[in-house]
Amino acid sequence: MTTPETTSFAGIRRFSARFPLASRILERLLLSLLLLFAVSVMIFGGIEALPGDFASTYLGQSATPEAVARIRSELGLDQSIVTRYVDWLGGAMTGDFGNSWASGQSVGEQIGKRLGNSLFLAFFAAIVAVPLAVGLGLLAVRFRNKLPDKLINILSLAAVSLPEFFVGYLLILIFVVTYGAAVFPSTVYDSMSLLDRLNAIVLPVATLVLVVLAHMMRMTRAAIIQVMSSAYMETAELKGLGALRAIIKHAAPNALAPIINVVALNLAYLIVGVVVVEVVFVYPGMGQYMVDAVTVRDLPVVQACGLIFAAIYIGLNMTADILAILANPRLRHPR
Amino acid sequence: MRLNEIPLTAWVGIFGIVLTLFCALFAPWIAPYGETEVVGDVWAPASSAYPFGLDNLGRDILSRLIFGAQTTVFVSLASTVLSFALGIILSFIAATTRGWVDTGLSRLNDLMMSIPTLIFALVVLAALPQTLTTLILVMAVLDSTRVFRLGRAVALDVAVMDFVEAARLRGEGTPWIIFREILPNTLSPLLAEFGLRFAFAILFLSTLSFLGLGIQPPDADWGGMVKDNKDGIIFGVAAALVPGGAIAFLTICVNLVVDWLLKRTSSLKGGRGDA
Repeated sequence: MTTPETTSFAGIRRFSARFPLASRILERLLLSLLLLFAVSVMIFGGIEALPGDFASTYLGQSATPEAVARIRSELGLDQSIVTRYVDWLGGAMTGDFGNSWASGQSVGEQIGKRLGNSLFLAFFAAIVAVPLAVGLGLLAVRFRNKLPDKLINILSLAAVSLPEFFVGYLLILIFVVTYGAAVFPSTVYDSMSLLDRLNAIVLPVATLVLVVLAHMMRMTRAAIIQVMSSAYMETAELKGLGALRAIIKHAAPNALAPIINVVALNLAYLIVGVVVVEVVFVYPGMGQYMVDAVTVRDLPVVQACGLIFAAIYIGLNMTADILAILANPRLRHPR
Repeated sequence: MRLNEIPLTAWVGIFGIVLTLFCALFAPWIAPYGETEVVGDVWAPASSAYPFGLDNLGRDILSRLIFGAQTTVFVSLASTVLSFALGIILSFIAATTRGWVDTGLSRLNDLMMSIPTLIFALVVLAALPQTLTTLILVMAVLDSTRVFRLGRAVALDVAVMDFVEAARLRGEGTPWIIFREILPNTLSPLLAEFGLRFAFAILFLSTLSFLGLGIQPPDADWGGMVKDNKDGIIFGVAAALVPGGAIAFLTICVNLVVDWLLKRTSSLKGGRGDA
């Protein structure tokens, strides 16, 4: 994972030798920026390269050559692709994603409102899911191959197989229709108090938690079992170290990196889960916005949402890697 | 392998898969009513004539479920097979030739994997015409990134073995090394991965259809049926949960078989069982 920038100059090499930690982190940051740039090219250029002319799709049946030409110049499609890409990226940096083709409204403004809503939802799902998953994973390891472990194993296998929308509608049927204990649809608006908002998102959060919980727990369990079955844990046991001490001193530091990884991976998965859950619960977030835009082929909105989702995903993966570098000194010195 | 070594859970899984395949293959003969035939009132409750009730247009849910199995299984299977062909061939080429081919393919793969699959699919489907072929191709290409990653990892393990070296010295070409040396020795983990990817394809297709971007009406498919009937939920009509349950059932069955295959693989390797 050495980038050319860090190896080609003697000064940088010296910096890297003196500050291995800082230079590794810097390297990872640069890599993410590069990745993000490549993704933006792919999201913008990829759509352009695909077959199909948007002006004629946009007009549908009434696509006379003159109308197509007018629409193309109106939307700026008659300029070269490089010009349009540079314009688009420059705007995106400052939060200006142009106007929606369908509604004519500013895309950046809409996203500003909806991104906050989506993050609000994902944040509370994460707060509930992460401790629960790690705890249950530990429990499964503690009672390995006994009843609790087997029960957790079978239930999580089933939970992994459930589509998000199935879980969502099941919860609605049970808690809204049968018991009337929750609200549907989960609309939130600006003047709502925090408590009302929380009340509105109980079911979507529960759905998201159920969806990521099983994954996260299975991965936590596997990560801990791998650490527990390593040679140094056996040594610790053989030299007479108490179980608790061995876990705190030897297992925990080594299990930290894989667990961080598991958590970050699943937080990234939450981003995707949010899309479906928002549609199920009619929640005004980014996912719903993007899906609506895809249905009517509103490309500026789709591109903007795609870029933001990808940026969050890349950012989370980067955070995971950096935390892993911090938690595991072995990663600071690449071979 | 003896039959009595297969655990009960795997049998349940095999039974479920066979049942679904049977429905998919013989749908026109089993289904009591036509795929788009309106037979009664909107959201009529379950009765002896209609075991799962009627849907939002008054069509028989059981019949549509059986016809939907056809679409869901066919599209998922086609995209999984395609993604495997693509992923395996590319990853094995990368692992056997190494050098810039390997670097190029791996970096491209990393790039594709840096966008969440669903988001990627949404972006691509916004631009492409909505046909069955596009859908299968998009799903296959996006999924092949995961196959590539696993394929390259297992192939690299095998590619350094003595018998591969011997074949190379014997003067065999890359196709021989890929199909006669590496493929047979990586079959077991790849088979388990195939199951996993198939389960994922079912969920993914259903999600796309549920969002209105997969199979287009009036063709029945399980995800689309959930979308059609979702408005009934709030009135206490559980019609949307039936196709949702079918998706869950099939995916659980596939996962049960995969779980068994994975355990078998790790015990073949002399591993410690689970972990």
